[in-house]
Amino acid sequence: MDRSFVAQNPSVLVFLAILSLFTLGVTILSEGVGIGVISTSFVKTLGKTLCLGLIAVAMDLVWGFTGILSLGHFAFFGLGGYMIGMWLMYERTRLIVVDSLAQAEIPPTSTEVVDAIATQVFGVVGSSEFPLIWAFSHSLTLQLILVVLVPGLLALIFGWLAFRSRVTGVYLSILTQAMTLALALYLFQNDSGLRGNNGLSGLQNLPGVTASQDVVSIWFLWASALALGLGYMLAAWVVSGKFGSVIRGIRDNEARVRFLGYSVEVYKLAVFTLTACIAAVAGALYYPQAGIINPEEMAPIASIYLAVWVAIGGRGRLYGAVIGAAFVSLLSTWFTGGQVPDIPLGFYTIKWVDWWQVLLGVSFVLVTLFAPQGIGGLFDLWTNRHAPQRHGAALGPDESALREKEATE
Amino acid sequence: MLRLYLAGLAILCACLTANAQEAGLQPILGQHREIIAESSRKTIKPAIDAIASSGLPQAQVMLETWAAKDVWMRKSDGLFFAGKKAGGRSYELTDFDTGEVVGTFEKSDLKQLKPNSGIRAMIGTALVQFQLTDPDRARRQAALQSIQRDPEGALLGPLRASIDDEPDADLKAQKQRLERLLTIGHDTDVGARVAAIAEMSDDLGVDVRAALNPLVVTKRQAAVTLPSDKNIAAVLQPDSEDLPRDVAYDLLVASDLAAPRVSADDNRAALAANIDRGRVGGVPVAQLGSAAARAQAYEALAEAGAVPALITQTDIDAALAAHVFFDTYAEPSPDVTAAAAHALERIELKVGLNQTLDLTLDAISLASIYFLAAIGLAITFGVMGVINMAHGEFIMMGAYTGYVVQQFIPDHTLSIIVAIPMAFAVTFAMGVAMERLVIRWLYSRPLETLLATFGISIALQQLAKNTFGTQARPLTAPGWLDGAWVLNDVVSISYIRIAIFVLAMIFLGLFLYIMKRTRLGLEMRAVTQNPRMAGSMGINPGRVNMLTFGLGSGIAGIAGVAIGLFAKVTSDLGSDYIVQSFMTVVVGGVGNIWGALAGAGMIGFLQKGIEWMTPSNTLAAQTYMIIFIIIFIQFRPRGIIALKGRAAGD
Repeated sequence: MDRSFVAQNPSVLVFLAILSLFTLGVTILSEGVGIGVISTSFVKTLGKTLCLGLIAVAMDLVWGFTGILSLGHFAFFGLGGYMIGMWLMYERTRLIVVDSLAQAEIPPTSTEVVDAIATQVFGVVGSSEFPLIWAFSHSLTLQLILVVLVPGLLALIFGWLAFRSRVTGVYLSILTQAMTLALALYLFQNDSGLRGNNGLSGLQNLPGVTASQDVVSIWFLWASALALGLGYMLAAWVVSGKFGSVIRGIRDNEARVRFLGYSVEVYKLAVFTLTACIAAVAGALYYPQAGIINPEEMAPIASIYLAVWVAIGGRGRLYGAVIGAAFVSLLSTWFTGGQVPDIPLGFYTIKWVDWWQVLLGVSFVLVTLFAPQGIGGLFDLWTNRHAPQRHGAALGPDESALREKEATE
Repeated sequence: MLRLYLAGLAILCACLTANAQEAGLQPILGQHREIIAESSRKTIKPAIDAIASSGLPQAQVMLETWAAKDVWMRKSDGLFFAGKKAGGRSYELTDFDTGEVVGTFEKSDLKQLKPNSGIRAMIGTALVQFQLTDPDRARRQAALQSIQRDPEGALLGPLRASIDDEPDADLKAQKQRLERLLTIGHDTDVGARVAAIAEMSDDLGVDVRAALNPLVVTKRQAAVTLPSDKNIAAVLQPDSEDLPRDVAYDLLVASDLAAPRVSADDNRAALAANIDRGRVGGVPVAQLGSAAARAQAYEALAEAGAVPALITQTDIDAALAAHVFFDTYAEPSPDVTAAAAHALERIELKVGLNQTLDLTLDAISLASIYFLAAIGLAITFGVMGVINMAHGEFIMMGAYTGYVVQQFIPDHTLSIIVAIPMAFAVTFAMGVAMERLVIRWLYSRPLETLLATFGISIALQQLAKNTFGTQARPLTAPGWLDGAWVLNDVVSISYIRIAIFVLAMIFLGLFLYIMKRTRLGLEMRAVTQNPRMAGSMGINPGRVNMLTFGLGSGIAGIAGVAIGLFAKVTSDLGSDYIVQSFMTVVVGGVGNIWGALAGAGMIGFLQKGIEWMTPSNTLAAQTYMIIFIIIFIQFRPRGIIALKGRAAGD
């Protein structure tokens, strides 16, 4: 254990190098500060993809390394987005309101300003008062703390309840899915205090910033890249030490780790909460780039897609998760954007806008069946990395320590 | 002299009445000629009343003709006739009294009466009394319905008079009921009304409550002293829970008993109107951004008399103390209001009981829907331990199969009978194919089964979208399932829900029969418990797994047909049920059909119960239910009915 962290994890350096090259490259090619080859909307897409890469890292940590298939991480992602969105919306509306009230003959009182903001923000849901959950929305610092605190607390409570009663495997997956569904349904109500299905909008306009979106998109690209880099290093550090060995042990055989005297629940809870916070940070960077957030984003299907990205990219290796998220989401944008030429078959024309989902579904089944290592597995061919030959077919990264012979007995 | 005069008067009177009898309607119309010709809703009432109460048989014809805009006035003598177009611009006139044709006249010599909708409604009410005794049963029925729609005190008399002569027993009962209801609201005798209220206080009908509710409507009022001539429901204390301070004061303002408060907006406007060289009441404008500065400025203005004085809390206290607040009934008789309140209380209690019954029926029906959706899952997930995220899509495929069958077989009854086995066959085949191609390779990797079947699920959903489009397709239930079983005005349940309940029970029986009484069921249980041992006993585990999975999928298909009957068939029909289905199985207890039943029952009752508590908000109901389930799993992680011993596995 005397080798340094970087020496142990050469992939971290490679990853960071590629990430910085990518960010620099996009900046140079961008409309805002570079030569204008890449349009601003595509810069935003790339920035959002980096955020998705960050939540994929979180998902890989919780699923690929700890073996908890959480189908609820997009709830934390969305909550993070809502938390930052509250401040963005409050502050931007405040500037507009103060501007318009300054025209009046009598200077406004602070209550009048707050009332006017509330009318502006909640007019769409037929209310004109700030609900209690907006109590801190005037302060950027407090909302930034809440970005991590709210999803972290939710994950802590939910995880404590779930792990304490030893809900594992598919039951836990279904339970996390139920949690996301409950949260999404709750937020869909108009009186939830977060504008119901209208969601929060206009988030792309940073209050007090006069720079154009072309430049702001680059700022967010850099911020997203920085967050992804830091998140990646954090995740790599977590899985490299003794802690990492324990959580991998939990993934492979929870009962054995428990019998060795480790408090499995604490480890699981720590990973679950940490990844929820990472997901929330990713969400807080994603939604200002997307411009709008509504409860639809938290539907259970989103979290399942997250699992799909990680599985296609390759579980149990962090760069695999990032590759999977970037690959599938960019491909999905490409296909559903109608940029892929249709294939005329004579009797029928395959329109990719309609058939992309089918292709995704089928390829996902094929990856699960034939390439459980995902895209990341291709790197093994290059580095000549082999699993130890222990006879019997591999059970995939889920229970990588087990061979089929042992597991089915 | 006087005697002679009286005799003359008597003769005159006799002549006049005789004249009225003989001459018929025309003199009455003549008396009201001006208002009839004027045809204004405000003044027409005496004319209609006079015609209706003339007691003449032709009055009904006249009113009907009038309402149909076929009454014409001859300009030369001001007489009224029924007109009929005779060709060109001339009309053939018929006398109401004699029924004889008077002749044909040019339109320029006539004036048509055009009653507006308000007058026609009044004529309609006047006609009701004729219709109540009409020989045609349908018209009597229509008259009753018209009274029900618009109960009016004036109709009580004719209605009562018509009861005894009513030949039809059913109509007679309706008339009697209506007479009671009209008595409650409109009789002049308080005793009769109280008696009628007492008589109807066991009735659950909506119309009874509609008759009683206006009697107990109260109006909140304020006065210096309590009036003694009003029927007072309650005296209220201001600044209490029933009557908060602000509301009480606003009431005083509304009844002109106190000066209005200056609202924040008015305050601001007053300040803005009194800016004097950059200062308001001595306070610089720039400082008016705080409440204290504004109050100071306003006070200064008020002292100078430029604005009305601010109402202070002391003023409000004084005003509240100087007045009494009370609720009065619009109904003047205290006996009637007391009886009505008592009757409503009794009715509410009964309605409450019946609503509970109705809610229970609803919950059972919801539970059977969940049970139907989950029973296939209870086999694939519960018995085999395979997570099938595409289960919802099998339900959807079943529903679409039903839709397609209906395109070929137009008869709805027959098409449903064909659709059920067809749906089973289609989804069975699909399930078997899926098990052979995908799932059997993943038996030892349950989490990956979840993901692979999810891939199949999104592919199937998109395929359905590409094939059938995104709009909802109808799957029409046969005619004999339309309508509802109505117990009374509160409790009713649609036949389709009863059918689904029956279907759920049939499936429960079928499942139990297959598992406990057939060879396949025996083999299934053996393979589930120990595939190797089963294999060594000569059972082919692969084949049994395939059939089990097919069976579970097939049942999902049939559930799809049933669900499609009351929900719209869309490509995401299945995903609406998938989470609930998993919940049902997990809450109930895995590997046990009784568990699924208990789970469905619990979720169904819970959802309906929560919906009842938060009536306007089904989204909140679902949220609370899921939270409840998450907490429930804390206490019974293995479900309501947990398997014990070796069967429980791990």
